[in-house]
Amino acid sequence: MAELNLLEAINQALDQAMANDERVYIIGEDVGQRGGVFRVTDGLHAKYGEKRVIDAPLAESIIIGSSIGAAMYGMRPIAEIQFADFIFPAFNQIISEAARMRYRSNNTWEVPLVIRTPYGGGIHGALYHSQSIEAFFTHIPGLKVVAPSTPYDAKAMLLAAIDDPDPVLFLEHKKCYRLIKGYVPDEHYTVPIGKADIAREGSDVSVITYGMMRHYAVEAAEMLAGEDISVEVVDLRSLVPLDRETIINSVKKTSKVLVLYEDNLFGGYGAEVAAIIAQDGFEYLDAPVQRLAGLDIPAMPYSTPLENEFLPTPSKIADTLRDLVNY
Amino acid sequence: MEQERDQSRLLAMYHTMVLARSLDERMWQLNRQGKAPFVISCQGHEAAQVGAAFAMRPKHDWIVPYYRDLAMMLAMGMTPREVMLGLLAKAEDPSSGGRQMPAHYSHRALNIVSHSSPTGTQVPHAVGIAMGAQMRGDDIVVWTAFGEGTSSQGDVHEAMNLAGVMKLPVIFFCQNNGYAISVPQHKQMGVENVSDRGPGYGFPGITVDGTNVLEVYEAMSAAVERARRGDGPTLIEAKCVRLTAHSSDDNDRTYRSPEDIKAMRTRDPIASFEHFLRDEGLLDDAKVAAIRAEIKEIVNDATAYAEAAPLPDPSTVQKYVFAE
Repeated sequence: MAELNLLEAINQALDQAMANDERVYIIGEDVGQRGGVFRVTDGLHAKYGEKRVIDAPLAESIIIGSSIGAAMYGMRPIAEIQFADFIFPAFNQIISEAARMRYRSNNTWEVPLVIRTPYGGGIHGALYHSQSIEAFFTHIPGLKVVAPSTPYDAKAMLLAAIDDPDPVLFLEHKKCYRLIKGYVPDEHYTVPIGKADIAREGSDVSVITYGMMRHYAVEAAEMLAGEDISVEVVDLRSLVPLDRETIINSVKKTSKVLVLYEDNLFGGYGAEVAAIIAQDGFEYLDAPVQRLAGLDIPAMPYSTPLENEFLPTPSKIADTLRDLVNY
Repeated sequence: MEQERDQSRLLAMYHTMVLARSLDERMWQLNRQGKAPFVISCQGHEAAQVGAAFAMRPKHDWIVPYYRDLAMMLAMGMTPREVMLGLLAKAEDPSSGGRQMPAHYSHRALNIVSHSSPTGTQVPHAVGIAMGAQMRGDDIVVWTAFGEGTSSQGDVHEAMNLAGVMKLPVIFFCQNNGYAISVPQHKQMGVENVSDRGPGYGFPGITVDGTNVLEVYEAMSAAVERARRGDGPTLIEAKCVRLTAHSSDDNDRTYRSPEDIKAMRTRDPIASFEHFLRDEGLLDDAKVAAIRAEIKEIVNDATAYAEAAPLPDPSTVQKYVFAE
């Protein structure tokens, strides 16, 4: 057990997976000698060699497309897309090929592939190093999408993703990389994909969220605790499959719910969560389901005041929750 | 002894080509009878595919095909019954259990990999399979096929580039029939041969007459040997003819001139191979008639079997989204 940040926890999971299973290899841009632009694969090239930690050409579609082929051949590729914003050249390979392979072959082929990618903003990444991409990918059945926000979950869910017989898009919030620390067991352990986590228990209002917003929601909850408002924070962790039961149980408990996400509001992943609550939790609700999300502008701008204006922040979250409990 | 082996191989090639053509023709009949909603043809590509197949090891090498590869499928071991099950979208169809359109071939036991309809997406998969084989030290060769239209796709470029970097055992097999649905080659690319691009990726590019099964076989044999030696990929461009419209939903009379179609007909790969085999003394009228009669029986059997086979159960529609 050591205190690690999120990035170090992922690195440890990669190292253990590669040590345990010769089929596991890493491919991506700058993942080799450089150890990745965020240093997530640091040390692995030296330890496992260039045949298992592959510096790919600057071409996302072949990074994913070749990984699909290798997975069908029986390998366990872990593909890194350097920034989630760069994943779109590989969109077709992910949604038309990886996600549909099992279904379209009537269960004769499978693609046990993990795609890791840093997403999210608040780090001065501007339009093309800050995006949240989950809404595009959670729409397609056949692809699992996870977004752990703590070092403990990141290690566990990456190991679970590598063991999974289906493709998993593993989203790493880049603001969490070095900011979020926690104790991580040394051994190999997993958290099942598809289970939410209650990040904080509460009784007056629920926040359903994931990623960096989990931490902002907990901050907001701490602010409101002084005002005698008890906030429950549900960290979804797994976006597909979704733990509907934990969401509805929390709604039953508090009767008021805020769906919080960093992506653009319109058509975002939280819209589906809100729809599920409206449909399956209606009779438990004492207030309309609220959403707080990124602004509906093409992407996050660079300059600090603009970036802050785009993002939900702990104080914006606290304001929204105050209004909600007073509804 | 060697001569006998050669002769039996030549006759086996001919048999597979005629079987592919006969099955293909039957598919169109079933389409016109309203029994098969969609047909996409191999006609005119038989020599290219059979020449390629006979240079490989079925069930050992890997095949990443596209939708014109009927003759390749037969040569690799897919049965006519299996082909017809796919055409009629029956539950037993080994490619997809009736989920995909016909001719989207897949057969796990034969190392034939499932592909989608927008071609080009399969080419990176072939590269990945070859990467897996290289990492494990397996001596397989991966063959992937596509048309000249698909050679414009970014995926094809990205795939060839990485295969060149890693010297992977892949054969990129372009079946150039001159048309991407309606668009002729001169609007598709600024080069005369797709194979001109091979050296740009660091490996050989070879153009062969795709209507000449033996010429294809020779080029493929060299490429297979090169790949097994560990020397890397080869791009082979087989210049074929497309004897039908793009598919049963297309009408090529709207974009091809009668002269063009007439000229193409003179390049029928089966007619020319039959002529060659007669000249070699391996075929005569009686032998041709016997082979065709035998194949007709096979096609009839496959059709009857597939027609009688059950359709997929609608309650299975949600199965296999994820592992179960």
